[in-house]
Amino acid sequence: MNGFSHENPYGDDKVFDACGLFGMMDVTGKAFSGHDVVKAISNMEERGNGLGSGYAVYGCYPDYADCYAFHVMFTDPAARAAVEERLKPDFLLVHDEEVPHKPIAGLYNAPLIRRYFLQVNEAAPDRHLYDEAEFIIAKVMAINIAGLGAYIYSSGKNLGVFKGVGFPDQIAEYFDVASYSGYLWTAHNRFPTNTPGWWGGAHPFGLLDWTVVHNGEISSYGANRRFLEMHGYHCTMTTDTEAMTYASDFLMRRHKLPVEVAVKVMAAPLWEEIARMPDEEQALYRTLRQVYSKLLFTGPFTIIVAREGEMIGLADRLRLRPLVAATAGDRLYISSEEASIRLINPALERVWTPVGGEPVIGRLKEEARSKTQDL
Amino acid sequence: MSALRIDANGLHYRELNARLREVVTDARVTHIDLDNVYGQRYLGTDLHRAVQIDIHGTPGNDLAAFMDGPRIIVHGNAQDGCGNTMNGGEIIIHGSAGDVTGHSMRGGKIWVRDNVGYRVGIHMKEYLETHPTIVIGGTAQHFLGEYMAGGVLVVMGLNLAPGERHIANFVGTGMHGGKMYLRGEVDDYQLGKGVGRVPLDDADHILLHTLATEYAALFGVDVQTIFSQPFVKLAPLSLRPYGRLYAY
Repeated sequence: MNGFSHENPYGDDKVFDACGLFGMMDVTGKAFSGHDVVKAISNMEERGNGLGSGYAVYGCYPDYADCYAFHVMFTDPAARAAVEERLKPDFLLVHDEEVPHKPIAGLYNAPLIRRYFLQVNEAAPDRHLYDEAEFIIAKVMAINIAGLGAYIYSSGKNLGVFKGVGFPDQIAEYFDVASYSGYLWTAHNRFPTNTPGWWGGAHPFGLLDWTVVHNGEISSYGANRRFLEMHGYHCTMTTDTEAMTYASDFLMRRHKLPVEVAVKVMAAPLWEEIARMPDEEQALYRTLRQVYSKLLFTGPFTIIVAREGEMIGLADRLRLRPLVAATAGDRLYISSEEASIRLINPALERVWTPVGGEPVIGRLKEEARSKTQDL
Repeated sequence: MSALRIDANGLHYRELNARLREVVTDARVTHIDLDNVYGQRYLGTDLHRAVQIDIHGTPGNDLAAFMDGPRIIVHGNAQDGCGNTMNGGEIIIHGSAGDVTGHSMRGGKIWVRDNVGYRVGIHMKEYLETHPTIVIGGTAQHFLGEYMAGGVLVVMGLNLAPGERHIANFVGTGMHGGKMYLRGEVDDYQLGKGVGRVPLDDADHILLHTLATEYAALFGVDVQTIFSQPFVKLAPLSLRPYGRLYAY
């Protein structure tokens, strides 16, 4: 900004702890470019400190819509051959390429990032052991924990994740994020607190069609992680948010809980609130808290969880991190700050701040849902 | 008397605040309009004199932090932390305000036409003649007046439908000073430990009448509407609720 940041006579450059989140969805499934998303998350520059940013976009690979799009980060470029060797028996390779990018000033230690458009090889030796989703998870986890210096950080269909160490505008420029289009976008501006600011630790985190961006710190990470490991999910990115991605998959895909119930596991009502509920509800909430006690996420958080056709905003039950939602026509917005939403759409119909533990849920309308599945 | 406009479009908060500091050095400037404000933080901080600032757009977090003197009018909503450690002056919000509005406020007044978020008035304090005041026309979310140590917090619930209650839980948790007035229904379980209902005395009625009249004038509401329902007064049950905790 005109070199202004180099002179600061008022000493008002204190660095505050707060990540920034932004999510935007068109519920009719209409794709839009990343231009406004980049503008909105970049407007919350102060919430991050340049140690991580990223974007998830749903519907961005229509030409390969029926392929799993593995995005792989190689901290060791030599790992590429080993990863490709491991993928070979399990998948049919439809297309692969380095994720396009351009060198820009101020970004360091950029790893090699490639994407592989894959179909499951039905003749793979262990294919019969798993259903398709579990097969993908097993293969992703096996590579991530193999110590190769390679991490599959996105593995959904028609889903792209672009992330790295830098401010949101830098990462957007690096991957030319505005050139992608999709009907659902989430974005993150990171201020790492207890964990390193490395490329793999930037948000969003992805597994299958799930992505999560997060503001806060999960105090229960250790308990959550150990529980998830027992169920085949391995945390390898050295940051707490990863656990929420896997918990989302565990609760909502594997255990088929509706979103409205799953959020009551992750941000469970307080016991004293449960005690005031009607008997039937009490029974439900007590059961949820008992069965899934290890997937209660404590500590301050706001997250945007997304999957194919759905965007979910959720703050912890004490709302220790901000969350603003807004609608305009077919668009749903979720943001850490209202100003970022108004910046890209001054004509909002409704703006609200849900209380902690109450989700904001955006869903593709039925006709749009069947259309994206037909692709 | 002189007014001026600043187009905040694309300005970083440091640039915009530097510009404000610069223009208020001219004693003739009494009124500033800020256009196209989108999330710039700390607006109105560090100006140290009476000047009116009209904000068109959405000011960023910590609006009027440490403010001492200016009168800020927000034509829209304010974000989180508005009036943080404010010392004097006034904020008038034609809309809603976010979480921790009036955090650690020491003086001055905040008027919010509609609703506020979590932890509003947290750690407000008073000293001698300095009594910070927050008046909210709508309702509040949880932890209203948490750790409140002084000042006045009024929540009028004017936008609640008949029969609709305030939803805030943990109201006045850890409160050990100041006064809170709620218009509308609130259950005992919604109140934090250490806070209780106390009857209103003449001084309370006079204070509420003064504040309601000013709110009505600011936002074009009929003052009779405000008094169509009684107020509940909440006050700490003890001045030093944890005084014995470490000294038994």
